[in-house]
Amino acid sequence: MQGMTMTQKILAAHAGLASVEAGQLISAQLDIVLGNDITTPVAVNEFEKAGFDQVFDPDRVAIVLDHFVPNKDIKAAEQSKQCRTFACSHCISHFYDVGKMGIEHALLPEQGVVTAGDCIIGADSHTCTYGALGAFSTGVGSTDMAAGMATGKAWFKVPSAIRFRLSGKLPANCSGKDVILTIIGKIGVDGALYKSMEFTGEGVSSLSMDDRLCICNMAIEAGAKNGIFPVDDVTKVYLQGRSEREPVIYAADEDAEYEQTIDIDLSAIVPTVSCPHLPENTRAAAELSDIRIDQVVIGSCTNGRMEDMETAYRILKGKKVAEGVRCIIIPATMQILKECIERGYVSTFIDAGAVVSTPTCGPCLGGYMGILAAGERCIATTNRNFVGRMGHVDSEVYLANPATAAASAITGYITDPKEA
Amino acid sequence: MNTEGKVFKYPDNVDTDVIIPARYLNTPKAEELAQHCMEDIDASFVKQVQPGDIMVAGWNFGCGSSREHAPLVIKTCGTGCVIAKSFARIFYRNAINIGLPILECPEAAEEIAAGDSVQVDFDSGTITDLTSGKSWHAQPFPPFIQNIIASGGLLASLKKEA
Repeated sequence: MQGMTMTQKILAAHAGLASVEAGQLISAQLDIVLGNDITTPVAVNEFEKAGFDQVFDPDRVAIVLDHFVPNKDIKAAEQSKQCRTFACSHCISHFYDVGKMGIEHALLPEQGVVTAGDCIIGADSHTCTYGALGAFSTGVGSTDMAAGMATGKAWFKVPSAIRFRLSGKLPANCSGKDVILTIIGKIGVDGALYKSMEFTGEGVSSLSMDDRLCICNMAIEAGAKNGIFPVDDVTKVYLQGRSEREPVIYAADEDAEYEQTIDIDLSAIVPTVSCPHLPENTRAAAELSDIRIDQVVIGSCTNGRMEDMETAYRILKGKKVAEGVRCIIIPATMQILKECIERGYVSTFIDAGAVVSTPTCGPCLGGYMGILAAGERCIATTNRNFVGRMGHVDSEVYLANPATAAASAITGYITDPKEA
Repeated sequence: MNTEGKVFKYPDNVDTDVIIPARYLNTPKAEELAQHCMEDIDASFVKQVQPGDIMVAGWNFGCGSSREHAPLVIKTCGTGCVIAKSFARIFYRNAINIGLPILECPEAAEEIAAGDSVQVDFDSGTITDLTSGKSWHAQPFPPFIQNIIASGGLLASLKKEA
């Protein structure tokens, strides 16, 4: 019997099978089914249209209002209201409204709703984030969410895998963001289409949980079904006292089959930027110093966590945002926002000339809270730089880590953080 | 089942943000959303598309966000089928789940030109370019997926099993 990858092991266990192989179609039991204020209304309509009247388990459905809240307009308010009504009538225990919400993929790990060994679907493409905890987690559409809420199950084609063998340690001013941008630059936006990205090697232990969450978050930007890290001491410390359910640890078999193995030397990574209009258009930040910017966004499900805020603070402390540049900082959860206030980061950000918002996906997907006009350019710690992603079709988004984004806010040009 | 229509041709990596920009996602209503289908890369698409018309695209069609609104607006516009060299995985799943016919066929997607008249026979997977006279065979879906499509989508197939 061929050995299994870590992803395959989790899927086999949730399908009640001794083993699975790549390409096999399975029906798997779900630990958590997730939706947000944009995808849940479509799922609720489908759920009700099909005549379902009960969710499989009110404790296993999570609904997070995060894309357009506090509501950006009347229509968005109607969508939130529909989510609220559904959550209330089905006694959904993990319903996060304004006041306790956060950006879903920062919030669910922080609150211990997702844990190691889980099988998770979410009607949001960045649901792949939770692979950082050693879970199988993948993005789906609203109809899959509806079916998951009704039955507690989902169908999957068992993925093959690409193994990324990490070695060394990241240099100063680099983070998980530079690792994943470098990988996407190497393999392209469909380089891992339908596959798992399995991160292994002695370099893993040097990556913080925030780095790992950021790396898995952008697995979808390489087309992957999921990204996944092994469970080690860093994971165990993170889950300790946080996880609502007992974590289950899975590890890849010694003889697991990988379609490809790619070696990544973390010590050779540099601050990296994805140029418009695809995440695969990567360049070293240092090569882009003549690119003038109008706006900076530091936040999102990719880079709105505490370490990202610490980095922004370290670079902006005692400095001023360049004349003519808007710098928008969005801590990803209420807990992170509160911590930023208590540590004095918010005062520092405001003194530097930045604005600080309550948690929202807002500008990342061109919703609100920082929309670009024609011809404007933004450097953002978000995850996509497609045409029109943050506003006008003739605007541009450059993706970067928080250090590069903060350094660029000070100079008004894309700046390698070592120059800041 | 068949569809026949005029071809609208698109490049590689067409993402869901251009299929339906997020600025319109403050409603789940398909008819309202469909007025903005492809707006950011082809503003004339919505005005020109006729029922049964066909989208032909390159690699990784539908990449990016998981929004089901993307296949939904393409279907609501009357598009009969999307033929691409490959599809992003969430879009592929969503299209099957909501009943938008899609076919993966790199050769056809390469050779068919914008404006051609194309006929698709879904039962056999045959794609015929009536303008050039060429034809191709797309990969058939596995039986499991054919069952979802035949039932009229994922939820309908689940109801049938229950």
